[in-house]
Amino acid sequence: MGRLFRLFGRRSNWALPYAVFLVIFVVLPLLLIVLYAFQDAEGNFTLENFVHFFNQPEVIRTFVYSVGIAFVTTAICLLLGYPAAYIMSRMRSNSAVIVVMLFILPMWINMLIRTMATVTLFDFLKMPLGQGALVFGMVYNYLPFMIYPIYNVLQKMDHNLIEAAEDLGAKPRQVFARVVLPLSMPGVMSGVMMVFLPTISTFALAEMLTLNKIRLFGTVIQENINNTMWNYGAALSFIMLIIIGITSIFTYRSKDGNLNDTGLI
Amino acid sequence: MMKRILSRGYLLLLLALLYAPIIVIAVFSFTEAKVMGNWTGFSTGIYEQLFSGKSVMIMKSVENTLLIALIAAAVATLLGGIAAIGIYNMRHRQRRMIQFVNNIPMLNPDIITGVSLFVLFVFMGFTQGYTTVILAHVTFCTPYVVLSVMPRLMQMNPNIYEAALDLGATPFQALRRVVMPEIRSGMISGFILSFTLSIDDFAVTYFTKGSIGLETISTQIYADSRKGGLSPEWRALSTIIFLAVLLLLLVINYRTMKHAHNRQSAIRAK
Repeated sequence: MGRLFRLFGRRSNWALPYAVFLVIFVVLPLLLIVLYAFQDAEGNFTLENFVHFFNQPEVIRTFVYSVGIAFVTTAICLLLGYPAAYIMSRMRSNSAVIVVMLFILPMWINMLIRTMATVTLFDFLKMPLGQGALVFGMVYNYLPFMIYPIYNVLQKMDHNLIEAAEDLGAKPRQVFARVVLPLSMPGVMSGVMMVFLPTISTFALAEMLTLNKIRLFGTVIQENINNTMWNYGAALSFIMLIIIGITSIFTYRSKDGNLNDTGLI
Repeated sequence: MMKRILSRGYLLLLLALLYAPIIVIAVFSFTEAKVMGNWTGFSTGIYEQLFSGKSVMIMKSVENTLLIALIAAAVATLLGGIAAIGIYNMRHRQRRMIQFVNNIPMLNPDIITGVSLFVLFVFMGFTQGYTTVILAHVTFCTPYVVLSVMPRLMQMNPNIYEAALDLGATPFQALRRVVMPEIRSGMISGFILSFTLSIDDFAVTYFTKGSIGLETISTQIYADSRKGGLSPEWRALSTIIFLAVLLLLLVINYRTMKHAHNRQSAIRAK
């Protein structure tokens, strides 16, 4: 007991329980995915799982399609969300707060309930479920994740810079392209990441919005795990991890390595 | 002026789009038709059905969701709050390292977190159920607690803790009387964030709930929608949840606005 007391007498050691927790529940599971991905069912080292992946044109097509859908969703969210964030950043702060709240409010409702609502809306308007519904549903679910970080960056931006550019003779379009847009890039990047990463990995949304007609990569992973094809499922997860790693490197360059600048916290 | 109308109109259009599905659900929660979109006359039948004690599965899933969220958020807040104090006092390299690992659960899509924890529990031979779901939720909630407490510690004047010690406080007293009040708001927002993340989660719960028949709202909706068609009670429940969240946000917003207003008038009075 005395030793324990001395150990936690140093406050830097207070992070120890959490450090142990992180190793067990974050690092170890990811290592296990890598391990399982390179093993067969008996536990021998093998590349069979990846060979299997590349020999299944159907799964590869699903993979490419999922990435494509995620790109389209992210692009639409950016096109719709940027102007909204820009308009909000120019509003008086009181009304801006209310509008921001209105955009965030739907996010507090369970995503599957929201998706169920989207399905209902399509039924109600007698529109067919399928690819269109899928993209609409994903944009609908993730748009606030795009708007908020961009709004946050734009709102903190020094407006004197815009005036300076105008004084120096820049036309409105030039002001936007040369001053506003470059300064808002950190927000755009975190928005892109917060939309793209969840959309490539979703499975329940696709099933509900397309009545199981369209399968996404997440669906394939989920089916393999459910059918106790753990090694193959782990290999597919590993492939997704690589995609995530690449996306993160491209979009996530923060000085001291935390997500504070997304403004969500 | 024209520009102003256009931009307001654009925001309104987006908001209308965002709220359209929710409004449709709320409207159709007041009619009894099995299939949504059919209006068979105004009725509060679905609400009565929901609270009649016959909708056992739905009510059980609500109970599970709230219980899991409450426990997971409490554990995450405690674990994350203590960890943040530790991380704050760490040397630079150690700190960077633990912050890097702390970011992983936030960057990982749900499905990866879910599958990786599923593999872990299989590997360790854990029977999946309440415990594994709660552990999994603590895993993805704690990073957010750490992130919301850290800025409060950064803003704190490090000398006041030393001052308390110099004035004869024991480290524990100094912590309780000096550090705690500074980070309390961060811990509260961490708790609220964790609670909502936990309630909203689907994929991680789905992979860690095992086969003992444990269902939360998300997994129950998913199971129902796979069986073809959701029972009408979900419409009533969604409407109630939406109104509850709306009310909560209004209260929080009203309080912060009033708080800000009071502070402003206090400053002006000086």
